[in-house]
Amino acid sequence: MPETKPRVALFVTCLVDLYRPTVGFAAIKLLKQAGCTVEVPPNQTCCGQPAYNSGDKADAADIARSVIALLEPYDYVAVPSGSCGGMIHDQYAVLLASDPEWKARAERVGAKTFELVSFLVDVMGMAGVEASYQGTVTYHDSCSGLRELGVKAQPRALLATVAGLTLAEMEDAEVCCGFGGTFCVKYPDISVRMVSDKVENIRRSGADTLLAGDLGCLLNMSGRLSRLGHEVRVRHVAEVLAGVTDQVPPIGAGKGG
Amino acid sequence: MHITSPAFKQNARHALADANLQRALSNARTGFVEKRARAVAALPEFEALREEGRDLKNHVLAHLDFYLDTYAKAVEANGGTVHWCETADDARRAVVEICRAVGARTVTKGKSMIGEELGINEHLETAGIAPIETDLGEYIIQLRKEPPSHIIAPAIHLNREDWIEAFREKHTALPADRAFAERKTLIDEARSVLRSRFLAADVGITGANMLIAETGSSVIVTNEGNGDLTQTLPKVHIVLASVEKVVPTLEDACTILRLLARSATGQDFSTYTTFSTGPRRAGDLDGPGEYHVILLDNGRTSMIGTEFQEMLRCIRCAACMNHCPVYGAVGGHAYGWVYPGPMGSVLTPSLIGVDKAGHLPNASTFCGRCESVCPMKIPLPKMMRHWREREFERHLSPSAARFGLGAWAWFAKRPWAYRLAARLGAGVLGIAGRKRGRLGALPLAGGWTDGRDMPTPEGETFQARYARLKKQGLV
Repeated sequence: MPETKPRVALFVTCLVDLYRPTVGFAAIKLLKQAGCTVEVPPNQTCCGQPAYNSGDKADAADIARSVIALLEPYDYVAVPSGSCGGMIHDQYAVLLASDPEWKARAERVGAKTFELVSFLVDVMGMAGVEASYQGTVTYHDSCSGLRELGVKAQPRALLATVAGLTLAEMEDAEVCCGFGGTFCVKYPDISVRMVSDKVENIRRSGADTLLAGDLGCLLNMSGRLSRLGHEVRVRHVAEVLAGVTDQVPPIGAGKGG
Repeated sequence: MHITSPAFKQNARHALADANLQRALSNARTGFVEKRARAVAALPEFEALREEGRDLKNHVLAHLDFYLDTYAKAVEANGGTVHWCETADDARRAVVEICRAVGARTVTKGKSMIGEELGINEHLETAGIAPIETDLGEYIIQLRKEPPSHIIAPAIHLNREDWIEAFREKHTALPADRAFAERKTLIDEARSVLRSRFLAADVGITGANMLIAETGSSVIVTNEGNGDLTQTLPKVHIVLASVEKVVPTLEDACTILRLLARSATGQDFSTYTTFSTGPRRAGDLDGPGEYHVILLDNGRTSMIGTEFQEMLRCIRCAACMNHCPVYGAVGGHAYGWVYPGPMGSVLTPSLIGVDKAGHLPNASTFCGRCESVCPMKIPLPKMMRHWREREFERHLSPSAARFGLGAWAWFAKRPWAYRLAARLGAGVLGIAGRKRGRLGALPLAGGWTDGRDMPTPEGETFQARYARLKKQGLV
């Protein structure tokens, strides 16, 4: 763990901002527990992936430059998403490669940007959390986090310290859920087929709760689970690790009434 | 080959609704993945080999002219002939001329994706020459008049019943009521039918997994031995190969062979690995009298120096499609041309044009599994993104999608407007789905809600709540 409290920027991500603010507050709580000073840089919107992955390099580069400028003053950047984290960590430098000055700035910001849970474990040395959760959970490895950023063992290590929680691995946990950003609406037939396979593996794991580190994948899997009538609780892993599951119903579950 | 790539979406829909295809795909999906994983785990230096393979091919591509020239000279020194073919037309013409010169009536064929790229079978038939596929999978789909759906397992889309049906229908000389008790019965029947074809063929055509510049050899790997009979029995052996298949030395070929079978089928080595070096020499007991190499470019050299150059490292192992969840869902025919899966999604737009193959690089979640297993470390998702960029630049992407993206980008670049829009959206959706926490239908979002519920937001954006709590001194 660093000796002085690092100043960490939370890059909230557009989906957490819009859909699931609780994940952002869970991230702040975890980062503070790990010994960080947390700030939320104002004027953040989105990392630019929708443009980048649609071939719109000009808009993606505009957004990347403003995010880089926004994040430069901080010691580290934590992102509660492997996908957006990977975009800043790896892809900004690729996107801005033709401009030496911006490429260097992208690389500097990229090097200090981490997916939230891997940041807690790998950088801050967090070994456990003070949380409890009654249930059997299964964890889906979101693609970018897994393959771009090496997020695999870190969430499992912290989940193992949550009181009352049992982990039941599903088959093919590393296979894509079919979300893929705009893919899920551009090729809905294929996407629904992929998420149906994922739902079958979730169901067969016997878990009552599905966790992952990326909200896009979680919305996709939650939407298919509820459409098929499966009563699996769906949450972002940060909600369980921060012990805030009593503050908000699972994703796709209403307040009732 | 007829191109149906522009109809990828419809092809995919049909494939998803085809119960037999889905059964065949689900049987196939896990086998290759597990076998590869075991083979890789048993070889500690596999990662180092991947890097060696990548560097080797990069070196070749940087000096392609030199190695092709060296290779061609070596072939000619061995008594063979190299036919430099810039286009598919040139290659087809050369093959037919060679066959006609020896009065060929039947041609046996080993498996060759270049053969598919040329549509060589149709072309031979038009010229009055009968091609006979000798790879078992290729033989079955030839009987069914279908193209392959996979680059190493061409009939992976079929179930055993489909094989039996094709055999009963086409092998009419055999008793109609014969039983097919087991897999072996099918293989034995194919073997007995094909044996006489091997002996009768005037010309044998094979592909090439590699060409070796040092020795002028072509290399094929098979598990059935059909390639060896195809190339040693007839009077003439024609090798169909594309230019990027060349490697400098025999030792380099061995490096790639160590990667190839493990990545493809999970074998340490294919059952047969055959090196062919020219026609029969004086004193040789067997071998063809003539040895021809059709060296095909067909657009490949124009990829050199572009962002698609790295695709030319591909050794056609099929690991990318074996691990691709999109390929696993729709199978190979949906891609609509010769090369399916992730490697096809990058290569096909290069060879037939992105205007026709534009769907292919878009039909990917960028999950990255293909790149993670590619023995040549080809950055397939990155290159699919490059195709999307080309499409965007050329205004080939759908106008509704462009409009939506443009509107979104306008907001994403203006944080004040973005905050307002997000607050409004989160608020409205939050209220609409408050009770159930999800919506079953949503205007303009049928792509999502036809198969999934739309979970609804908590109602207040993070930024709004953070600002509120901060003002109260609570964060």
